[in-house]
This record gives sequence, C-alpha cells and structure tokens, in this order.
Amino acid sequence: MGISKEEILSLLRGMLRIRCLEETLAERYQEQEMQTPTHFSIGQEATAVGVCSALEQQDVIYSGHRCHAHYLAKGGPLLGLVGELYGREVGCARGRGGSVHLTDAGSGVIASSAILGQTIAVAVGSAWAFSLDHSRRVAVAFFGDGAVEEGIFHESLNFAALHKVPVLFVCENNLYSTHSSLAVRQPAGIQIYERARAYSLPSRQVDGNDVAAVFQATREAVEWCRSGRGPYFLEGLTYRWREHVGPLWDYDAGYRTKAEVEEWMARCPIKRLSEQLLRDGLCSEGELRRWREEIQQEIAHAIVVAKSSPFPSVQCLLEGTY
Amino acid sequence: MRRLKYWQAISEATVQCMEGDPNILIAGIGVDDHKGMFGTTRGAFQRFGRSRVFDIPNCENAMAGIAIGAAAVGKRPLVVHPRNDFMFLAMDQIFNLAAKWKYMYGTQAGVPVVFRGIVGRGWGQGATHSQSLQATFAHFPGLHVAAPASPADAKGLLVSALQGSTPVVLLENRALYELEGDVAEAPTPIPFGQGRIIREGNDITIVGASLMAYEADRAADILGEKGIRAEVIDPRSMRPLDERIILDSLRKTGHLVVADTSWAAYGFAAEVAAVAAEKGFAFLKAPVRRITLPDCPAPVSEPLEKAFHPSPMTIVQACLEVLQSEVSSVRGLRDVQERFTGPY
Ligand SMILES: Cc1ncc(C[n+]2csc(CCOP(=O)(O)OP(=O)(O)O)c2C)c(N)n1
Repeated sequence: MGISKEEILSLLRGMLRIRCLEETLAERYQEQEMQTPTHFSIGQEATAVGVCSALEQQDVIYSGHRCHAHYLAKGGPLLGLVGELYGREVGCARGRGGSVHLTDAGSGVIASSAILGQTIAVAVGSAWAFSLDHSRRVAVAFFGDGAVEEGIFHESLNFAALHKVPVLFVCENNLYSTHSSLAVRQPAGIQIYERARAYSLPSRQVDGNDVAAVFQATREAVEWCRSGRGPYFLEGLTYRWREHVGPLWDYDAGYRTKAEVEEWMARCPIKRLSEQLLRDGLCSEGELRRWREEIQQEIAHAIVVAKSSPFPSVQCLLEGTY
Repeated sequence: MRRLKYWQAISEATVQCMEGDPNILIAGIGVDDHKGMFGTTRGAFQRFGRSRVFDIPNCENAMAGIAIGAAAVGKRPLVVHPRNDFMFLAMDQIFNLAAKWKYMYGTQAGVPVVFRGIVGRGWGQGATHSQSLQATFAHFPGLHVAAPASPADAKGLLVSALQGSTPVVLLENRALYELEGDVAEAPTPIPFGQGRIIREGNDITIVGASLMAYEADRAADILGEKGIRAEVIDPRSMRPLDERIILDSLRKTGHLVVADTSWAAYGFAAEVAAVAAEKGFAFLKAPVRRITLPDCPAPVSEPLEKAFHPSPMTIVQACLEVLQSEVSSVRGLRDVQERFTGPY
C-alpha cells in the first residue's frame, strides 16, 4: 500500500504540532507553573504519529509516563493536555493526574501510567474484551525499551498470544531507561522485537524516526490484528533528545555524549520528512510556515485558556475517590 | 561530632558497612548514575565500583527474589528503590517469602535483605509517586520496618539493618535529604524498636516518624510560644514499635496526637492510637487525634496537593483542639515542601 499525498502531509503536520507544543511547554515549564514531573517526547514524534495515524477512531491506545505524543497523535484535545500540566480543572484528568496520566475517552486514549509496564497488560485486557465481543477494534500498548524488562511485559505477551487478542505492542526503543543504556540492562545479541517471536508473535523493527515507515508497518500490523490473527509486535528505533524527566538538555550528565545526541538530532523525523517533501515538491516553504503559524496560534490560545481557567476547588478534594 | 546531611549520613553508613563486610552489595535502578540516588549511593559506587554496586534492569519483582536468593547463600543485598511505590511490584517476594523465610522453613538463619524505598512528595508527584508505605510493610510479621527522621538515625538504622539477620524495609522521605544534623563518625547501630524523645514536655504527646517527626518538632516550637509544652516522640521504627516510650510519655501528658504521612485507615497512626487505647487508657484525658492524609489518592494540581499533605500547622491545630485550648491565633509556618522548587 502506498501513501497518498494527503496522508504524508498529515503525518508531517501531526509531528510538527506535537513538536511545537512540546517545545513551547518545555520553555514555559521553566516558569515553574506546571508542577508535575514531565517526560517530553521531543525527537520521538514519528512513532506516535505513524502508529496512531494508522488506527481508527474506535481503536484504543495505552501509554506510559512519556505519553504526550501518543495522546495528541490519537486525537486527544490540546487543551486537555495543557490544562492538565497547569493543574487546571479543564485538564484531561481534571488536574488530578498530571503529565503522566493523560486520558481522553472520546479519542480512544484510555489511560497512561507512570508505573513501568503497568498499561501493557491493560491494553491486552481491552483487546481481549474486543475479541470476546467479536469487535473489529484494536488496542495498542505503547511502552519503552525499559518496560520490556518488567515481568508484566512477558506475562502480557504470553496471554495475548495464547488468546490471540487484537493488541498491537509498540516498543519505542530510545536506547535508555532513565540514565541506563540498553547495554547494562539487557543481554546483547538479541533485539527486542526478536524476543516477541519467542511468544509466536509476528514482529518487526522499523526506523522509529521514519514516520512513513512506521505508518506503513502499523497499517499491516493493524490489518493482522483486525483479521483475528492475534497480537503483533512493532519496535521503533528512536531517541529522546531532552533529559529523562524535565525540560532541559542533559549533555553534561555523563551517561551519553553530546555527539550521540547530535547525531540523533540530525535524524530528526520532522526535518527529514519536510526536506524530502520540499525536494519532491509535495509541499512548499510557505505551506510549512503557515502550518507553524496556525499551530503556534492554537498552542498560545490553549495556554491562555488553561491559565485563565480555574484550579480544582479544594472543597472537591475527595470527590471522585469512589 | 560533625554535621552531615541526611543523604550524606546514609552514604557514609553504606560505605562503612561495605568496608566492614565484603558480602554487602547494592542493587537498584540508577544507583551508579550521576545523581546516585540523591547522593546516597554515590560514595559506595566511587569506593567500590561495579563489582559491588549494580545498576539493574527494571525488574522489581525478580530483583527482590534475586536478593533473597543471594542472601540465602551468604550475601547481604541492599536493594534501593527510587520510589517506595515501585515496591508494590516486589511485594510477593518481600511478604510471601523474605518475611516468612525464617519461620516457614524453621531455620536459624533468616534472609538479611535490606530494601530502601524513597517516599516522594510535592511538585505534583501524584497518585503513584508519593505514597508512604510504612503501614503496608509493617503489617507483616518477620520484617523490620523503619523510617528515620534525622541524619543520625538514618545512619544508625541502616547500620543496624546491614548488620542484622532480619529482612528490613527502610523508608526515606525525599524532603529530609537536605536536612542537617550531628552524626557520629563510627557506624554504631541503632536497634529497631527503640524510639527517641525529640523534645520533652508535660502537656501533650505528639508521635510522628520520618517527615512527621520533623514537622511535629516544628509544631512544638509554635505550641511552646503559647506556653504549651509538647513532648515529641519519634518511634523511628514501625515494626517493632517502641510502645514503652509512647506509653511513658502518655502517662505524663494524658494527651496524644499522632501524625502520619499516609492514610488513617489501618495505618501507623491507627496502630499508635490502638496502643494508647489498649495499654494507656487510664492515662488518657482526651480522645486521641490522628493527623493523616485525606481519603483520596494524591492529587497533582497544586492547590489540591497543598490541601492534601498535613503541615506543621495541622499538627498545631489538632493539639490545641485536643487540649481544648482557648489559644487559636498562632503564627503561620511555611510548609517544608515550599523550599522545594522544580523542575520536578
Ligand atoms: C515499576 C517502575 N519502576 C521504575 C520506575 C522509574 N522509571 C520511570 S521511567 C523509567 C525509565 C523507563 O524507560 P523506558 O521504558 O525505556 O521509557 P523512556 O523513559 O525511555 O521513554 C524508570 C526506570 C517506574 N516508574 N516504575
């Protein structure tokens, strides 16, 4: 299946929107008004956009602590995210959950969670329910290379394979878990996607910074899941630019080199695709500029609305526990 | 005596114990990184390197079992969790095995595994990163559970843990790491089950551990300005609990306020209140008061978070009410967390 011009432009715009928002948020975060530990996805937009663009509205996704891009790519409202970071009642979790608990039932973002690996099983559960109902819906579990080490990852793959549930596992391998490289966490000589095969899952590794490749691979994967053949595993190789949690750069922390970060920045998924589209004459500089302006306006507006909207009332502290 | 910060005291205890016992190993996510678990494992890594200080995969459940297995054949693993909340994943191994090992297998030797868990709070740490699990851990016989409040106690209790034969859970509130205090040079153990009188007084007893011992002491300052002399007791360990020190104080004051960083139901404050009701009923001149968290998960939004965590002023207010004091307007006190700014 080829990708139409419309599709490729929409992939680019989707990534650009996430990048612009996160860069703005990272800047504003330093004003100390967003009091919630925040894991930025800057540099990793292609997996989120590539995967979610190949889903239907009725499909559902789950994510972990680094969930902004997934939420936005699946259609979560921008104000819901911005409001959540500012701890406002307009936030998608009404200011209760913070950056790591994004949710938007309307667009199929069921839950994100800061406990590593937690939602992998939950995605399997939703997929199981879909298969019990003979529904065509698919559930996606987004997680990082770090979550693969948790027992729940293996238990979930085993169950999903056994019951042939329509779940797509998407591992965003950004090479690090906090400050620990893959080499000190997982045995050499076998890739993450290869391990899924031990549970009889079809699995593929894609360039996670190539949004078109991710999109294509996901279309095939989702087709597999929808047709009742069971789960599918995708590993996207990508890279986190900023520090693990927080808005800053961490060149000097010592766990990775500046050269490595720059090498990956050169492979920026947005730069790469926009250059290609310009070269191929599929879009123009003017169009890109206009997109950016529109997006910046949307972001500025969301920030103004979020900041001028009320905090949850302290009287309602207990509300919602039961 | 030198003054050390809380994190430095932990680091020093670790290094000294490791020097004294080659079987001690450290394992935990990021124990060897530039942050070194708030600096607490930095010294050990610099001194002993990768042969004894292990960064681990994200595998809380298995790691607890791995530590137990290593302990079963002579090692002394010290497992560190950046948040005690991640220890939920390790609870089967801790409760169903480590805590029961000695009894269930009828052996002389227990498994001397030590778990350190950090309690986060503030800056929107939220529902799953700011819980205080002392009551959860202390529920189970077979474990020692402590939550030190001062640098000296942090050192002494860790030394005790690393020298004993019982599995231990130590909880450290993140807000305490920068706190400074006198710490002895020698690695002298502080036995579990021995509380500490932080300040003496005759009017009311305030019991609190970890951050709440610190906050209770600050509350006592304010009460002192109003002529109320509070006795502040830090039990230091939850299991075993030094009931004697609490009852002796109660005999003197007849009034009890218990402050905790977790929920009331079935919690640490409930346990202390039960000790007072069962064994100190005759001393009580007023109902016991518990200061605990509101019955909801920790919210992120700043005003909610502020209302969620008890402050020293909550303790002051509760003491005044228990004493039915006429004094009501007292000066305010900044929350300990207000010193903490982002980015996280
Ligand atoms: C059960 C559990 N253990 C540890 C942590 C602490 N932690 C939060 S994020 C993270 C790194 C995860 O790495 P990865 O899954 O690769 O995702 P990335 O941060 O790279 O996106 C760790 C160790 C946690 N949140 N939950």
